[in-house]
Amino acid sequence: MARLSLDNVTKSFANFDAVKDVSIDVGDGEFLAVLGPSGCGKTTLLRLVAGFEKVTSGEIRIGSEVVSGKGGSVAPEKRRVGIVFQNYALWPHMTVAENIGYSLKVARLDKAVARQKVEDALALVNLQGLGDRRPANLSGGQRQRVALARCLVATPSLVLFDEPLANLDVHLRASMEDEFASFHKRTGTTIVYITHDQAEAMALADRIAVMDSGRLAQLATPRELYHEPANEMVASFISQGILLPADVLSAEQAGHCKVRVLGAELVVRCRPGERPRAGANICCRSADLDVSPDGPGFDGLVKRVIYQGGSARIEFTPSTSPDLSLHFEQPDPVVLESGARARLRIRSGWLIPAAGAAS
Amino acid sequence: MSTRIRESRGQEMALTAAVAVVIVLLSLLPMLRLIKEIVAPGGTLSTVAIKAGLASPATWIATWHTLVIGVGGTLLAVLSGTLVAVLITLTDIRSRSALVLCYVMPLMIAPQVTALAWLQLFGPASPFLKLFGAAPPLGTKNPLYSTSGIILLLGVQYGPLVFLLVRAGLRKLPRELVEAARAGGAGWFTVLVTIVLPLMTPSIMAAAALAFVSCVGNFGIPAFLGIPANYLVLPTLIYQRLAGGGPAVLGETAFLSVLIGVIAMAGILAQEVMSRRRDYRISSSSLAAEPYELGRWRPTVQAGMWLLIVVVLLLPLFGLVLTSLVPGYGIALTATTATLDNYRFVLFEHDAAGRAFFNSFWLSIAAAFFAVLVAVPIGYLIAWGKQRWVRLLNLSVELPYALPGVVLAIASLLLFLRPIPLIGIQLYNTVWIILYAYLARFLVLALRPTISGYHQIDRALEEAAQMAGAGLFTRMRTIIFPLVAPAAIAGGLLIFMTALSELTVSALLWSSGSETIGVVMFSFEQGGDSNYAAAMSVITVAVTFVLMLVTNLLAPYLPSGVLPWRD
Repeated sequence: MARLSLDNVTKSFANFDAVKDVSIDVGDGEFLAVLGPSGCGKTTLLRLVAGFEKVTSGEIRIGSEVVSGKGGSVAPEKRRVGIVFQNYALWPHMTVAENIGYSLKVARLDKAVARQKVEDALALVNLQGLGDRRPANLSGGQRQRVALARCLVATPSLVLFDEPLANLDVHLRASMEDEFASFHKRTGTTIVYITHDQAEAMALADRIAVMDSGRLAQLATPRELYHEPANEMVASFISQGILLPADVLSAEQAGHCKVRVLGAELVVRCRPGERPRAGANICCRSADLDVSPDGPGFDGLVKRVIYQGGSARIEFTPSTSPDLSLHFEQPDPVVLESGARARLRIRSGWLIPAAGAAS
Repeated sequence: MSTRIRESRGQEMALTAAVAVVIVLLSLLPMLRLIKEIVAPGGTLSTVAIKAGLASPATWIATWHTLVIGVGGTLLAVLSGTLVAVLITLTDIRSRSALVLCYVMPLMIAPQVTALAWLQLFGPASPFLKLFGAAPPLGTKNPLYSTSGIILLLGVQYGPLVFLLVRAGLRKLPRELVEAARAGGAGWFTVLVTIVLPLMTPSIMAAAALAFVSCVGNFGIPAFLGIPANYLVLPTLIYQRLAGGGPAVLGETAFLSVLIGVIAMAGILAQEVMSRRRDYRISSSSLAAEPYELGRWRPTVQAGMWLLIVVVLLLPLFGLVLTSLVPGYGIALTATTATLDNYRFVLFEHDAAGRAFFNSFWLSIAAAFFAVLVAVPIGYLIAWGKQRWVRLLNLSVELPYALPGVVLAIASLLLFLRPIPLIGIQLYNTVWIILYAYLARFLVLALRPTISGYHQIDRALEEAAQMAGAGLFTRMRTIIFPLVAPAAIAGGLLIFMTALSELTVSALLWSSGSETIGVVMFSFEQGGDSNYAAAMSVITVAVTFVLMLVTNLLAPYLPSGVLPWRD
């Protein structure tokens, strides 16, 4: 097991920066998820760590060794990095056991020892007795487990997952998620897990790196990501946070400050050292919103109500700023109706730090 | 059936019937006639023909020779073609498209031209060797007049064939399969041996089968290299028997031609068996792997590739051009002896040569034109038809091309030796029998690109025309033909290039007055007039070059893979 460090890593293709100035430290035995919409550069990041791409600038270290940097790049086969692909990438001309034992064969390990290791790896992923099957005769979940066993058998210092669950159906995903989690617990392997599914990332990872257009948007624990997003992109990307323009009225005191949102004043959580400023944004969640016919709050028009079973998705336009449209969920019993006027109250929220503010 | 239903089905039935007639006439009829000659010569079932064939020692010797050069040529072609495909496709070698163009070029040159070019390069009269005074003394045997000479040239001729198929396979290899192995600790060479090549087994096997069929059926190379050394293979044995015995020995040659067909089919069956032994199906699709960085080896590998191109393409063609400029056998080429007389002679003075240019040009144009016209409706039925028998249709069009040309030539002879029943027209001893054989043999060359053209077109385009009220023939003329025309025409041009200097079929079917370029070239060479043969070769190669350039203009409108020399 080893730690992985990326220092100001940039990867450019022609005139396009796929990864720009990303610095991440992954601790020994940590489970890091890299999360982002498609095209955000997360797969390029993984390929840089694996060694299939070379950094344009910056440095990647595995353990204490620089594997990619100014001085050149260590070949993928020399990095001792395991990788699990989205499409499994099992070799169709080999049996399951041959697939798993490939790296041992390449390393010219003693045959008996290798066989034992393959058996152990099969047992680890609950595939005992399937060693003689062909990959084509396995289900999707089984194939993914073979791919996992194949990368584990070489005891890599680091395991990379490239959207490993994207090709599986929904109910299989949940059980594989559990397996990945228990596998991480058992082996303590350092893991970098690429995904575009935030539920998956939240469920599995110790920390999540959110990426946006090649840049690192935020690196934090799942809780912090949800409650204290560092910028607007993270706020809206994670659990569809509601963004509202705000003016900060008071300086931070005990982690809170006073803001004005849509004409109403309220107190929100904030980072230490916030000072009064205009043009800020707050992020709040559906649970932070109340429908209150009277009392403090702001008026508006319910434009649409889409019932989703157990709750409804509401589209709401405040009267003070008609070009703003709020989307939030309201649990049953849903009292709002399409076309009706209503008054909303924000109970709480998070003041998004000013751009460029140190985290 | 209501009138409206009958009207709806009428045009489709007419199309299907027309296609069926063409297929029966061009593909099934000759094959059936050939089989009848073997099992029931003269109309009654008998094993006489088979027994007579098996009893002749010449048959066994020629069969053995055929197998030797077939296996040898195939091995050489597979080794060289696969190596070049791996180097060009998987590494960061420079100027790929130029390398592909040059390496594939020999495939576009007729085998007998290749043979002639190489003979001119190494023989005692070689103007090339004379340039450095390195030519062996006159009277020395040309080293290419040998088994290994034939195998070498077959390897050169069909290496590109293997290259094309293996390269197509390599390009479909998903990068994850390679990357998973590298992450598992395998270096580039280990990945190549344990992952890439095993996964390429189906491509390599298919290529080997194709190369084997081509080697076994090749006439030009063993005719130019083997006949002088009295090293006969089945196609040249058939040629010699027919040239000596005429129609009287047709039954015997029919047996020999079926023997070639059986050997060729055995090669294809062996490939089927080998490919089924394991699971090679690649299910995922993805980007191609990053090219392997040759690093400091790159200049060496690059130089090696270009050296190969020089040896297999440029030097032989250079030798051919030099020979065509020499006034007579064995005379050294200098600025004063160089002459264009050979060209003037074959183009304007020699009757048969002039006729041959005329015949070959119109035969090729007619075959290409007809094939384009027929390929569009046949392709329509195969690509978009729902009937189950279309697979058979495809197979029966492929058959005359898959089988060695000698087989089709003998079948055509049997079919048209006597006047056609009922109408009484005599095709034997006329140029029309050659046209018939060309149509049957080359149709598939236009059909394949047309079918891939169909697969690229959204069928909704046709359906929209149908909604607008256009019947099948109207749709065919106004919508379908314009859409698949580039692919079909490219196929037609391929046919033209192939048919122009074709020798295998016409060597058996020609008669006085219906000579083709290949036939006259062959008789010049046999008569010792290599200079004239070289001049004719240079002209056909030049025409082929120009046509390749013209065809390139169509490239933007073509499905990839239609033009073999384009990357």
